[in-house]
Amino acid sequence: MRGGRTAPLEAREGRGWLMLLRKELLRFWKVSFQTIAAPVLTSLLYLLVFAHVLESHVAVYDGRVGYTAFLVPGLVMMAVLQNAFANSSSSLIQSKITGNLIFVLLTPLSPAELFGAYVLGAMARGLAVGLGVFAVTLWFAPPVLAMAAPLWSVAFAVLGSAILGTLGLIAGIWAEKFDQLAAFQNFLILPATFLSGVFYSIHSLPPFWQAASHLNPFFYMIDGFRYGFFGVSDTSPWLSLAIVAGFAVALAALTLALIGRGWRLRA
Amino acid sequence: MHVAPSALPAVAFSGIARRFGEVRALDGIDIEVARGEFFGLLGPNGAGKTTLISILAGLVRADRGSAQVMGHDVDADYRAARRCLGVVPQELVFDPFFTVRETLRFQAGYFGLTRVDDWIDEILAHLDLTAKADANMRALSGGMKRRVLVGQALVHKPPVIVLDEPTAGVDVELRQSLWAFVRKLNREGHTIILTTHYLEEAEALCGRIAMLKAGRVVALDTTHNLLAQFAGITAKLTAERLPAAWAGRAFRREAGAFHLALAHYGELERLLADLSAEGIAVAALALAETDLEQVFLKIMRGEGEAASAGAR
Repeated sequence: MRGGRTAPLEAREGRGWLMLLRKELLRFWKVSFQTIAAPVLTSLLYLLVFAHVLESHVAVYDGRVGYTAFLVPGLVMMAVLQNAFANSSSSLIQSKITGNLIFVLLTPLSPAELFGAYVLGAMARGLAVGLGVFAVTLWFAPPVLAMAAPLWSVAFAVLGSAILGTLGLIAGIWAEKFDQLAAFQNFLILPATFLSGVFYSIHSLPPFWQAASHLNPFFYMIDGFRYGFFGVSDTSPWLSLAIVAGFAVALAALTLALIGRGWRLRA
Repeated sequence: MHVAPSALPAVAFSGIARRFGEVRALDGIDIEVARGEFFGLLGPNGAGKTTLISILAGLVRADRGSAQVMGHDVDADYRAARRCLGVVPQELVFDPFFTVRETLRFQAGYFGLTRVDDWIDEILAHLDLTAKADANMRALSGGMKRRVLVGQALVHKPPVIVLDEPTAGVDVELRQSLWAFVRKLNREGHTIILTTHYLEEAEALCGRIAMLKAGRVVALDTTHNLLAQFAGITAKLTAERLPAAWAGRAFRREAGAFHLALAHYGELERLLADLSAEGIAVAALALAETDLEQVFLKIMRGEGEAASAGAR
């Protein structure tokens, strides 16, 4: 058995994390109706309802952009962020609660490899759902296809999904029960996303709430992402990029330290 | 002094201590397991067996001391240590998203192993799981899930395999086939470390045994020596009562029978004489050689402390 009838096994150093990434991708792909199709439908319903009610009542960027067109990138980015968070957090908490996380912890994977696999898996789901939302909402707002600076949108989508994938990892590491994870999602992630300017330009808010929005990192992700569509945004895209990138690096450092210490993973 | 890697023990615990709050789970454990051994780790619930194994596997960190697998420190050189170790956990844990084959393929992949399909087929055949290779893990019986856990521990061909109470709640047939398989692995050179509550299994399988109590090693010797050290006879006596001089000597009482541990046949003669002198009728009397269960009970009661001190 030790040698077995089979050829000696060929171990390739530094490749283990790719298998963990593959498992993370397969995990959501196997239930894609629930993990991709369902959030796309939810976003479509948001668009139909909000656009129908508000299209003729809300002017954005001094009337240069229609409300439906304005809403599309907000919804796309919200879908990217929420689904990136959902992927890493649910994967980790399920593995912890069912106990099968032990099979990952028993391997030679380093903290950086664990981090990379979980976060890239989360980014893949977030970006897949975002693309789906973008595709179905195009029919309602075709002008958004003529993007002013698409690379900006790509950069913010990638960074935003990485940040939320990392936050999902932190939440999954911290939570020991599903309701703790739900609290993290409902009391932190959901309000921060909804109050970030998905449905409105912050210039339509009273001064206090405008200032408060600038403290919300999610605002910069969505504002920067929207800049790629219209070439117009509530704040400078460079400032948004700096803040979002800094936030991503800080969260990654924190998460790597938590995994390295084995906090709530290794007793 | 340079030590050739092949001369290093398969597993070495040195001064391992670990607390959980006020509870001292492990208190200075020193154990070495030689390459190719079939080693038993016994102790009552809470003795520290699973904590010790978890430290070896890197799932729990020791407060003090060090642990090595094939000469690799589990902390400083964790990658090499984990490559050398396969662990079959106590709980029946599985990922409900995947099939048996996917589960094994992922586990091999985490170790950076490629082109493993032939090897996985071989494992599946040995564990009698070939027909279930493409079944979802959820669809398997408890016994089959247990076998997949064994497969996961073996998939990277580790030289050291730890089985943490692998037959708890497993039916007799599976238990027998599992032990036959583990014996085969041991014959082929794998070092096996086993924790079990079934003492007859440890007696039949393990060449050497460490007994833990309250986080300390209270006995560490070959199974043969442990049995010889406590050699004697167990008498199962069915009678109304015991003679006065024997009151308190029964280590177990069930269904009207007293179980007595006798050091030698001379004690048996004395027992029979006392029964006769006090006019106690003997309904039945059965004798058996001491087994590991009695050794275990004696040591856990503290009768073996002095003898074990030298073994540590």
